[in-house]
Amino acid sequence: MAEIRFVRTAMLPPQEPPVSQIGAVRWVRENLFSGWLNGVLTVASAAFVVWLALHVGPWFMNAVWNAGSLAECREILAGTDGACLAVIRDRWPQLLFGFYPSELYWRPTLALLLLFVALAPALFPAVPRQLLWFSAIYPGLAYWLLWGGTLWFPVVALAGFAVGIAVFIALRPVLPLVAPFAGLVAPVFWWLFAVVPVTGLLAAVLPVGITPVRSDSFGGFTLSIIIGVTGIALSLPLGILLALGRKSDLFLVKTICVGFIEFIRGVPLITLLFTASLLLNYFLPPGTNFDIILRVVIMVTLFAAAYMAEVIRGGLAAIPRGQYEAADSLGLDYWKAMRLIVLPQALKISIPGIVNTFIGLFKDTTLVVFIGLLDPIGLSTAIRANTNWNGIYWELFLFIGAMFFVFCFGMSRYSMHLERRLKTDHR
Amino acid sequence: MKKTLLLGSLVATGFGAGAATAATLDDVRAAGQVKCGVSTGLAGFSAPDANGEWQGFDVAVCRAVAAAVFGDPSKVQFVSTTGQTRFTALASGEVDVLARNTTWTFSRDADLKFTFVGVNYYDGQGFMVKKSLGVSSARELDGATVCIQTGTTTELNLADYFRVNNMSYEPVPIETNAEALQQYLAGACDVYTTDASGLAASRATFADPENHTILPEIISKEPLGPLVRHGDDEWADIVRWSLNAMIAAEEYGITSANVEELAKGTANPEINRLLGTEGNLGAMLRLDAPWAKNIVTMVGNYGEVFNSTIGEATPIGLARGLNAQWTQGGLLYAPPFR
Amino acid sequence: MATFTDTARGGFRPGMLIYDTRYRSLTIQIAFLFLFMAGAAWLVDNTIDNLRALGKDFNYGFLSVRAGYDINQRFVAYTSDSTHGQAMLVGLLNTLFLAFISCVLATVIGVLAGVARLSRNWIVAKLMTIYVEAFRNVPLLLWIIVMMAIMTEAMPAPNAFRGEDATASMLLWDSVAVTNRGVYVPEPLFTRGLGDVDVGIFLVSLDLIAVLIVGTAGLYAHALIQRHAEAVQNATGVRPVTWWKSLAVLILPLLALLWALGFHLGYPELRGFNFQGGIYMRNSMIAMWVALSVYTGAFIAENVRAGILAVSRGQTEAAYALGLRPGLTTRLVVLPQALRVIIPPLISQYLNITKNTSLALAVGYMDLRSTLGGITLNQTGRELEAMTLMMLIYLVLSLMISAAMNVYNRSVRLKER
Repeated sequence: MAEIRFVRTAMLPPQEPPVSQIGAVRWVRENLFSGWLNGVLTVASAAFVVWLALHVGPWFMNAVWNAGSLAECREILAGTDGACLAVIRDRWPQLLFGFYPSELYWRPTLALLLLFVALAPALFPAVPRQLLWFSAIYPGLAYWLLWGGTLWFPVVALAGFAVGIAVFIALRPVLPLVAPFAGLVAPVFWWLFAVVPVTGLLAAVLPVGITPVRSDSFGGFTLSIIIGVTGIALSLPLGILLALGRKSDLFLVKTICVGFIEFIRGVPLITLLFTASLLLNYFLPPGTNFDIILRVVIMVTLFAAAYMAEVIRGGLAAIPRGQYEAADSLGLDYWKAMRLIVLPQALKISIPGIVNTFIGLFKDTTLVVFIGLLDPIGLSTAIRANTNWNGIYWELFLFIGAMFFVFCFGMSRYSMHLERRLKTDHR
Repeated sequence: MKKTLLLGSLVATGFGAGAATAATLDDVRAAGQVKCGVSTGLAGFSAPDANGEWQGFDVAVCRAVAAAVFGDPSKVQFVSTTGQTRFTALASGEVDVLARNTTWTFSRDADLKFTFVGVNYYDGQGFMVKKSLGVSSARELDGATVCIQTGTTTELNLADYFRVNNMSYEPVPIETNAEALQQYLAGACDVYTTDASGLAASRATFADPENHTILPEIISKEPLGPLVRHGDDEWADIVRWSLNAMIAAEEYGITSANVEELAKGTANPEINRLLGTEGNLGAMLRLDAPWAKNIVTMVGNYGEVFNSTIGEATPIGLARGLNAQWTQGGLLYAPPFR
Repeated sequence: MATFTDTARGGFRPGMLIYDTRYRSLTIQIAFLFLFMAGAAWLVDNTIDNLRALGKDFNYGFLSVRAGYDINQRFVAYTSDSTHGQAMLVGLLNTLFLAFISCVLATVIGVLAGVARLSRNWIVAKLMTIYVEAFRNVPLLLWIIVMMAIMTEAMPAPNAFRGEDATASMLLWDSVAVTNRGVYVPEPLFTRGLGDVDVGIFLVSLDLIAVLIVGTAGLYAHALIQRHAEAVQNATGVRPVTWWKSLAVLILPLLALLWALGFHLGYPELRGFNFQGGIYMRNSMIAMWVALSVYTGAFIAENVRAGILAVSRGQTEAAYALGLRPGLTTRLVVLPQALRVIIPPLISQYLNITKNTSLALAVGYMDLRSTLGGITLNQTGRELEAMTLMMLIYLVLSLMISAAMNVYNRSVRLKER
């Protein structure tokens, strides 16, 4: 019988998958044209991107970097469409440092760099704990670098904390009841009555100082960062207290804390800034008058504290009841339980929220332009009031926007990274 | 942990400042500088240059006061104020003198409790339109869109003017001069109204000033001058006579170039009194004898300042007009120094 | 006082105020209250002293004084002869209007962007990521100014529409004019209108009320038809076709009413300096509206994305297993669960919008801050009165919004049994 059966004995060589299933084509099919709706969206988006590139591209390509005024720019461009980035080249130190003396630009820069060092223990778990000491003295150091003057002032002011602790330790064996109270009051008295004379004395004995710089020289991004960073740093302890007060069993304490938080969160920041600029002088003893930057920092701190309190309240709520009960069963009192068990966990969970609050606050510092402070946006108005640059704005807005974006985007990325890192700890 | 910063600065700046109401001169001397409120930026009148130095016509008044008090025109702390914050800044003692294109009005004097020490610029509210609009009088502006700077008297004048003339308009309130100009140039409003000096100053910075015209109607009186708080006449006198010294110096022909020469003594006793070589006018103000000489040497007389900041030789290109000396047909008239 | 007599038996010592936990909380609260009152009294005392020193008083009489300035966008009758109080009301209504339309648009943008960010379409997802990051990380004030600049610089001036060689033309069959002063759209007009009714502070159009009543009645009839169809389906298993009935009850009465009222559109046309007629949406309003919506939309998009991601994948798979189509799955399974995560942050975004309307001064939109806290404050010099009143109004607004949204939040909350 003739073998008519056909049995394939050798494997066929594998065929290439169809074109639509491999490589770029497959990717395009799956990701861009998986349905008619997606197709339309893709085409529309691509058209938008191309349109944008065609309109903005030449503007960037023709940018003029070397010119003394807008008129010169226009002359160089000779009618073509182009950016006059010369204004950035001319004024970038002002946008970054305000009216800070140009030979002292290293001081705010150094203060900013040291800020990262001071924050390192909070940012990176691997950093040695000893660095916390640097974080503790950083506020004084930053104040000295930014405002200058005698070194003794921040040193003596910081010494207030040491005074408080010393009073507390000295009194504890003798008057255990009064000691914590005295420990709180002593530094206040120190700051109110001792700082000025002691500073004067020390400065007379051993003058160590750098050129003082007045507050009205501050402007641009330096001002935004100062207001943002001090606001957030000061609001943290206040926010913790408010959050604890809001969760407290004590009715009056709770009511007052809730009232404060809801009031601050219920009014726009701009009204608080106007209060700083227009009303604070009514509320303080007649004749008191202090720096507008300080007043703004106070109001911004109160503002941020209310938001911070809500963030920390969220953190507190996330701590399981068992933790509180465990603390109670160990016989810890309220403050010990909070300090040793609850807050360390709650704050850790809250860090992303705190960073987000900071980003929000940093962006909101632009509102100080309404009370006449020269932040980057205020400076852009001042620059346009100059006859050389009257009529320029896209370039300035672009620069300011880009600067804010770099700061805020970096921080938000960091907070997301932190969120991921903390998540693994808990699951 | 940053509480130190707060309390520290509070101690340093707060309690050092002392009472704001009495004896401003002593406070100023103690602080070593005159705190002067200026506009956040108005070309020719006050704007910071690339080095952060404030320049302009209003700024010169502040510098004159500093020159009179300290003999050093750089001892001024400039506080930029907006139309909204300026009066509170002065009332609260944040600034010692406000030199910010502020119109002298009854209610600002009597109700807001400020003393206007004089007039450094006689102005009036005017209208600027594009020539292509074909408008030659403000009476033809019925239905127009008008850009105004909010927080100023111009807003009220404008409402009154259109109401009296039975015309309608669309107000576009804008916070800063720079912003208003941008809107006007883009054609978002037909008319820009502000003080005529400001209009001229702004027009000068345009790429095509010849295509814009300032209408002949001046709809208000705007005497602009420096002001201080009520209640400290001594300080008001110092600012008042610093301004008058600049005006008088121009009248008597004292310039920064010849002041040294004239200070050696002249035949004119008024010049001698002004420059401190005769009499004791300085001591009456609790100032040094050559206080007025310092002003003229370091800042210049009224005419010099005018010409170098907003005069016809500058891009602003303002004519003296009402602001000429009374001997030249203007309104500037310094009381006698005697 | 019962507790007090109880413990008195054992002898009450002052030390118990601190050591006895029953009294300690009371002691602390009283001390706290005392400090609080002392602080408040100190502030009030200072204020009184300062006011006296300045020769001022504290009264709201200025609200009934002639304002003297004009406001361009007004929903109630207002001229420069009106009082500062009326100016405040105009500003308040402008604030509310801006906040409302911004909340609506921001929600739409946010939901679309949030869903699009999760899209499998690479280019759309990336574009949305860029949008969200760009707007979240740059200050709102800058966006507002930029929007205003775009509106004034990129749009043609009314003059460009004029003459034979006009460089700009109206859109949509000559009905919409986009100029650098604002956008003019056709307005609804009624030749046989019912007129207006004055309810004290502003006029209410009877035409609008008639249209609303008929529309609501149509919706109610539509709901009845649906319920009937449901009943039929439950009884027989076959759902009757209802779409044409619904369409008829929704559309026909409305059309009849509009015809009866003599409805037509009033088109804007160029007369004099400006376009006349039509509804005029000012640049300042559009810039604020767009900037607020797009900025807040970026935040809402993140909330929406987080909400959708929070619904576990198993829910979708379970719905598919039950045979639900993707559309129904989203509508019936995913969205209700996602909403629970989305709503609370959405409330705070609405609050943020309301508060951020106070930046309107940057572009000259006459909101509460620009009238009461701006021009009025400036012309009268009553900082203390104007600022406290303004804060109070914002506070009441915020509390009302959070109360209203909390009610809604409670209704969608997970009902645990």
